[in-house]
Amino acid sequence: MGVPVTATLSRSTFTGLRCKECGHPYEAGARHVCEDVCFGPLEVVYDYDAIRSRVSRATIEAGPTSIWRYRDFLPIEGEPIDVGTGFTPLLKANRLARRLGLANLFIKNDGVNMPTLSFKDRVVSVALTRARELGFTTVSCASTGNLANSTAAIAAHAGLECCVFIPSDLELGKVLGTLIYNPTLMAVRGNYDQVNRLCSEVANTYGWGFVNINLRPYYSEGSKTLGYEVIEQLGWQLPDHIVAPLASGSLFTKIRKGFDEFIKVGLVEEKHVRFSGAQAEGCAPIALAFAEGRDFITPVKPHTIAKSIAIGNPADGPYAIDIANRTGGSIAAVSDAEIIEGIKLLAETEGVFTETAGGTTIAVLKKLVEQGRIDPGETTVAYITGNGLKTTEAVVDAIGSPYTIDARLDSFQEAWSRAQSAHPSS
Amino acid sequence: MPVQVLIPTPLQKFTADQATVAVEAASVDQLLQALEGQFPGILARLCDENGKLRRFLNVYVNSEDIRFLDNQGTALKDGDEVSIVPAVAGG
Repeated sequence: MGVPVTATLSRSTFTGLRCKECGHPYEAGARHVCEDVCFGPLEVVYDYDAIRSRVSRATIEAGPTSIWRYRDFLPIEGEPIDVGTGFTPLLKANRLARRLGLANLFIKNDGVNMPTLSFKDRVVSVALTRARELGFTTVSCASTGNLANSTAAIAAHAGLECCVFIPSDLELGKVLGTLIYNPTLMAVRGNYDQVNRLCSEVANTYGWGFVNINLRPYYSEGSKTLGYEVIEQLGWQLPDHIVAPLASGSLFTKIRKGFDEFIKVGLVEEKHVRFSGAQAEGCAPIALAFAEGRDFITPVKPHTIAKSIAIGNPADGPYAIDIANRTGGSIAAVSDAEIIEGIKLLAETEGVFTETAGGTTIAVLKKLVEQGRIDPGETTVAYITGNGLKTTEAVVDAIGSPYTIDARLDSFQEAWSRAQSAHPSS
Repeated sequence: MPVQVLIPTPLQKFTADQATVAVEAASVDQLLQALEGQFPGILARLCDENGKLRRFLNVYVNSEDIRFLDNQGTALKDGDEVSIVPAVAGG
């Protein structure tokens, strides 16, 4: 098909945009929907022959320890904004695996991503690089918190003006973690879906680069690096099963795209990977549709502590359902209480403190194991996408408290014996 | 007083670059027809061949998604604000 070629600089491997639904081609500008035909989402088109001729395991391994080691798979033309994003740890989670009855469990810990401790740094690094290339001087986003943190931080580093929008009821850590970079922050009285609607209306009349709206085709490509890194960190192999949180569904679909692209260009041997998704019961439009065998989403009004994934009207939900169905995966939802238990379980067994989205993922992982949907021997990767220090409100009433003592041995001894009876060593 | 309609950027080429237009309509279905009357060609973008709103489009009446109301049968009254918003990614 004839796709307009606009990105012709020598290092660029992407050739334009294309509607994911009807295939209609578009130039690689700031647009996100198929405005000429069907309003489907637009996707970046690459020249995979060019990528294949340019990339090998060795060239990737020689690259920077950031997402930009995969730059030939990312939709930018010139120099990237590299703030050290990506290449986060893949932990072999033996203690959590034993607790759950698994043998080969890994945790991909994007809770320690740079610069703002969530996977959003990946998508924003790509989106703001592209925003600069497209000539934007002000960048923006609608956010459940993590995206606002990341957009504000990386905009500060790149010297871009920044105005971001969040629901007004977010956790303090997420608000503070945005304000510190001194953007203009709009706290909207309403839920995320209402914030998103407002931002679409603002995008109609202000000439800003909204990372998740008019820059969405570029932005969402950043999530593919979560697929690439896991392949590389598993020793250039695909896992058998992945479990990831579902908010809009975009991350899920892009991990899959990342796996597929590495197969396509010959960097990894083909293998069937099952994809399972995690939602909170208080906002589970994708899990509900999956359970009812529907391929369309009925929006819901979110009510859950897992605010970072509380999207009631998930744009990529139908694609997430399709992937779970086609790969033999599953999509499940867990209660707020189970989410808190998930956060604690990951912390106590692996030393990883995640936020509510990660608690959701761990709780769903546990549920799927209990339902027999994950084989104990499978190489399973659970994606942890955010950091617990941003959502301390969620767990503050569910964890212990310190023993306050005097600076005297007898005071310590008395408290220690109380601690021993409260926490018998196992 | 008619209904105000917020037009997304990709459709503003039909509305002579106006981001807001006014139409007379008593339901969302009527509104879609009224838009086509004023801006020929816009209906084929908004709806599929069966007259159903395309699945990647969201329509809100006074900030409420019409899927929580009566979908395309949702009643409108003078002064209502209708927003047409393509689906967006999140986080």
